[in-house]
Amino acid sequence: MSREGVNIHEYQGKALFREEGVAVQEGVHCTTVDQALEAYDSLGRNVVAVKSQIHAGGRGKGSLYCPDTGDLQMEGGVKIAISREEVETYSKNILGNILVTKQSGPEGKMVNNLYIEAGCEIAHEYYLALLVDREKDAILVMASTEGGVDIEEVAETTPQAIHKAWTDSSGNLPAGAGSAMADSLGLTGVSKGSFNEMLGSLVSMFVSRDCSMIEINPLVRAGDGSMIALDSKISFDDNASFRHPWRADMRDMSEEEEVEIRANKSGLSYVKLDGNIGCLVNGAGLAMASMDVIKLYGGDPANFLDIGGGANKESITTAFGIILEDPNVEGILVNIFGGIIRCDMVARSIIDASREVGLSVPLVVRFSGTNHEEGRHVLEESSLEVTTVGTLADGAKAIVAATVGVDA
Amino acid sequence: MTEYGTDVVGGVTPGKGGQVVDLPGRSVPVYDNMGKAVSETDADVSVIYVPARFAAAAIVEAADAFNEIKGEGLIVCITEGIPILDMIRCVGHISEMPGIRLIGPNCPGIITPGENGGCKVGIMPGYIHAKGRIGIISKSGTLTYEAVAQTMSVGEGQTTCIGIGGDPISGTGFIDCLAAFEEDPETEAVVMIGEIGGTAEEDAAAWAADNFSKPIVGFVAGATAPPGKRMGHAGAIISGGKGTADEKFSAFEKAGIHIARDPSKIGEVLVSVLIEAGLRDP
Repeated sequence: MSREGVNIHEYQGKALFREEGVAVQEGVHCTTVDQALEAYDSLGRNVVAVKSQIHAGGRGKGSLYCPDTGDLQMEGGVKIAISREEVETYSKNILGNILVTKQSGPEGKMVNNLYIEAGCEIAHEYYLALLVDREKDAILVMASTEGGVDIEEVAETTPQAIHKAWTDSSGNLPAGAGSAMADSLGLTGVSKGSFNEMLGSLVSMFVSRDCSMIEINPLVRAGDGSMIALDSKISFDDNASFRHPWRADMRDMSEEEEVEIRANKSGLSYVKLDGNIGCLVNGAGLAMASMDVIKLYGGDPANFLDIGGGANKESITTAFGIILEDPNVEGILVNIFGGIIRCDMVARSIIDASREVGLSVPLVVRFSGTNHEEGRHVLEESSLEVTTVGTLADGAKAIVAATVGVDA
Repeated sequence: MTEYGTDVVGGVTPGKGGQVVDLPGRSVPVYDNMGKAVSETDADVSVIYVPARFAAAAIVEAADAFNEIKGEGLIVCITEGIPILDMIRCVGHISEMPGIRLIGPNCPGIITPGENGGCKVGIMPGYIHAKGRIGIISKSGTLTYEAVAQTMSVGEGQTTCIGIGGDPISGTGFIDCLAAFEEDPETEAVVMIGEIGGTAEEDAAAWAADNFSKPIVGFVAGATAPPGKRMGHAGAIISGGKGTADEKFSAFEKAGIHIARDPSKIGEVLVSVLIEAGLRDP
């Protein structure tokens, strides 16, 4: 369960596209209705698109709800406006409201940002994406003539409509791959040249900016034959953020889970789930396996938490604090298989952490590996109320037994 | 590693060439670069702990040194968090060198237990292992130790345990390891530990069905993991909707791999598999 890539908004992606020479329409980023109206005036077009900016796809088909009353405000998070009045109405219905889409989850996302974009005469809509192909160890380019629709559906119903090409390990497409792809999309003349140029820019941008995905849906052929990116969905490889300091300015903290950011700062990897048994584990695979075993023994995990190989007293205290912030947690299973992490260090950290955060729920600790006997000894000598076990199965049984009474 | 019995012959840290490092029971020289280290020590293996931002360059340096000087070599990269495009370049570079094998990155390494100690290249706790006849392959770090403990709990030791790492782009994969275990006369059965994401487990299962003659016990972590929050659809397309634990378990079953849905039952399943294959008395 590795960390997701760093995501940015469409308006930020389009600013990058402009810098990289990928054709986009003129547009203005706004955060208020007044700014939206100014943007409409400054663009000087009759037709504009009023687009909600959130980190989730399916905005066009989403619904906007009032955060206070929960009432439906408007269907569609992306609207075409043909007058100043429409821009005003749509902007009011979007800003400050909750947009629920197929990808946003049922709780939806508050829309704080708006993009007003010049309208575009559309001859045809295509789909174009670049992403890392983990089986082929290369960057994959995917394109389809079926743009503007759910690409997963296209993949299922008409897979032959999706055309693919791979780069070499330096991130270069083989000679002629762009033209061949343009041909299979049925692009000719100006459109073919325009597509080729755009593809070249996108591939070099993918590499130079360490992207993990660029998706353009739809990519459109305009009335004059030129190809224009009408949408942009970009995510970056977080492992490469150290060489891209500019990314920091693009982060929208309101789009990220506060507790996950906090966990990350302490070297922890945390994902909240819906159950009642908190888990604190070293290693992502073992953390997932611990959740699986809790479930198999009739319990329900409250979270995924990997304390990482560099865990120390501070990070373990933070981890306990984060687990206990979740009001659903009725018991905690600690599962440590010591390698570079020493069980006795974890034991001492648990004792300190439990004092600091005021541990009030049943605690089961399973130690194995490096210094496990010493760790167990440290816990048993302490005044902490804790059940120590030697295997994961015993740990899961014990914590499920300790929480089942509470649950009932 | 030295304490376990690994023959550590030297270290490489740029700028520290000429120094000597004291390890338990021996002192070894430090070199400025891999080329010098390999030519002077004739090392067969390089283990890399270099920080993520420099790790890919270190892998390439090690590969070039082994390739030019010996024509072969094993590189084990423990480092976590290497940029994905760095790894694509790295894996592409090594694919041109038939004598070079990369294990990892983001893995605990590889260990071959012996009668007394053995050979350990990585960060796993050596003492939990014992020489035996089970091969272990795993995407995960600490879950590999769990699998080792499971084999030990039923009185079975290991031939070699390989942590292949959980990164999207890596060197040696499940199939490479299975092929090596097929060749190894001492390995009589294999425990394979996968994780959700990608299709490496499905591909390995399909390969094993046709090419692997020894029994395999398989587990996949992440059955209870929620579907990832993804930004778009593109990532799901490439795997054609594959990647969940359930799909991987069914791919295993379809290929004749014996599955343990509970990782704490891997030992039990292994015993029944060995009995069924006539490799252990009931």
